[in-house]
Amino acid sequence: MSTAAAKKETIPLDAPLVLGNPSFSDLSETIGGITEKKAPVQWFLLVGFFASLALLFAGSVGYLFWEGVGIWGLNVPVAWGWAIVNFVWWVGIGHAGTLISAILFLFRQRWRTAINRFAEAMTIFAVICALLFPMIHVGRVWVVYWTLPFPNQMMMWPNFRSPLLWDVFAVSTYFTVSLLFWYVGMIPDLATLRDRATTKVRKVMLGIFSLGWRGSNKQWKHYERAYLILAALATPLVLSVHSVVSFDFAVSQLPGWHTTIFPPYFVAGAIFSGFAMVMTLAIVARKIYKLENIITINHLDVMNKIMLATSLMVGYAYSCEFFVAWYSGNEFEQFAFINRATGPYAWAYWIMITCNVFIPQFLWSQRIRRSIPFMFVITIFINIGMWFERFVIVVSSLANDFLPSSWAYYTPSMWDVMTYIGTFGVFFTLFLLFLRFLPMVAISEVKGVLPAANPHYRGPVSSGGQS
Amino acid sequence: MSSQVESAMTSSPKMRNALVLAEFADVKALLSAAEKVRDAGYKKFDCYSPFPVHGLDAAMGEKQSPLGWIVGIMALLGGGGALLLQWWTSAVDYPLIISGKPLFSFEAFVPIIFELTVLLSAFGAVFGMFALNKMPRLYHPIFNSDRFRAATDGGFFVGIEAEDAKFEVGQVKQFLTVVGATHVEVVEEEMD
Repeated sequence: MSTAAAKKETIPLDAPLVLGNPSFSDLSETIGGITEKKAPVQWFLLVGFFASLALLFAGSVGYLFWEGVGIWGLNVPVAWGWAIVNFVWWVGIGHAGTLISAILFLFRQRWRTAINRFAEAMTIFAVICALLFPMIHVGRVWVVYWTLPFPNQMMMWPNFRSPLLWDVFAVSTYFTVSLLFWYVGMIPDLATLRDRATTKVRKVMLGIFSLGWRGSNKQWKHYERAYLILAALATPLVLSVHSVVSFDFAVSQLPGWHTTIFPPYFVAGAIFSGFAMVMTLAIVARKIYKLENIITINHLDVMNKIMLATSLMVGYAYSCEFFVAWYSGNEFEQFAFINRATGPYAWAYWIMITCNVFIPQFLWSQRIRRSIPFMFVITIFINIGMWFERFVIVVSSLANDFLPSSWAYYTPSMWDVMTYIGTFGVFFTLFLLFLRFLPMVAISEVKGVLPAANPHYRGPVSSGGQS
Repeated sequence: MSSQVESAMTSSPKMRNALVLAEFADVKALLSAAEKVRDAGYKKFDCYSPFPVHGLDAAMGEKQSPLGWIVGIMALLGGGGALLLQWWTSAVDYPLIISGKPLFSFEAFVPIIFELTVLLSAFGAVFGMFALNKMPRLYHPIFNSDRFRAATDGGFFVGIEAEDAKFEVGQVKQFLTVVGATHVEVVEEEMD
């Protein structure tokens, strides 16, 4: 019956969230089993590849520490080049996880259970990559702890009126809370793996990390309350993080940066790019690990709709910026925007518009929203487009500043490129390790959305169940 | 502790009854059993399920979790602490005039007040939950039952603990069978 529902063109409101009518134990087996069986060959190949890219990152950063930020293509006035572009791009990607976990949880979007663990893991690894960039960008990385307020022999305190310091607090709080959220969500699943474990090492390790979880209702009571509170906390947090990131720009007085639309515009862009990255990863992982019944085509369809909606939001923001530049009557502001679309970085601007505004319009078609190859290509374009959005914002405003005599064309050095590529190595290596060793889908949450989890369920108990 | 009946086991460590564990077929059976255990007047009992079961708190007569109070206190500490920190460092200990702005410029302190409120509240939610759940607690006598492994897989259990005032092994076993258990066992633990 469930396969018939999958073939239907429209999604009925009561469509099963999990296809194939699995029992509770089937889900433990499907998801938990992945971490117990030998990894597929592709996994080893991918880990080998991405771990070498991570080495590239280590090498580039090692040379950076030795030589200094002069190895990058930075110069005044473009003192924020790829490092900040990459920072904003990665931290934007890191927004989807908590959005899916927290905001969709509060909105009772039960379909989120199939993808939330996955997206949260992606968030954490993306935020790790993001945090690396400002740290290495400060130049003397060994004194990066000066950004923290602690009593010191210099009798100095950080400047709390600086948006850059707000950013330190915002991103590190976001990382900490996302990590806690991810781990708390995983405790019942680690207990499931612990109880399935057959080897001594697995029993001990999973036993420690599941903290003695028993699945008792007295535990679930506090657990669910904690999860609800974390979701309620993470919801404003996820909106605040990219707002604070946008303050780095908006609080300055540079034309093209100094606009009040930045916080919501950045948040919409972050959700947009985060969903694109979740989709990119989910499409591959569900195929390799045969999770098509859990991350169903309906899930992908819904996520495509969210991408379409956020694409329209960023498209609106792009045009609104132009309108405000014109309406303000400020010629510097007007120049900044005309220069973006027609100046030396126009190619980057039009890549951004094409990838972020034009290409996602294909998602109006349901056929495309349900076509795996098509949506995969679209998500790649969005990932690229969102990188260029940050490039356009950072570079075009800086390069053509108030003093035309200092204008020059900004080009990254090979170290910029290698550092950026290297973070893909860090990100995907961590992500592949996650897929291998931790439950990539929230087992207990997916069990909770099965029809049999409802006390009023009267249908047949599925085969292989605990009946 | 009237129930420290010595087990019939011949192995050397002395065992005592820890709880009676009953398995139930599905969520519905678990809910109705929980209600009956509650109505029978047992206090020290718990239900075990692989996912949180809606309505089980009411069926067991559980009160609401007090976690919100812990988080509320932490939120006040976080927000208040952030305000004090920023005021004291920026306006008292290290006054530095930047762009002619007042030293105590409250608006500029809002983002960090917000972030630290969220951070400390999240710590309160997670570690408060650990404390209320007495986690980490790696050993529990219930893990001595092999069947109990299903509680994190697809099984539903009710456990009535030996510490309950009304606990009497035979009676409890019989009672749990009557309320619909598919399997009842006595779980033992080593005596101290």
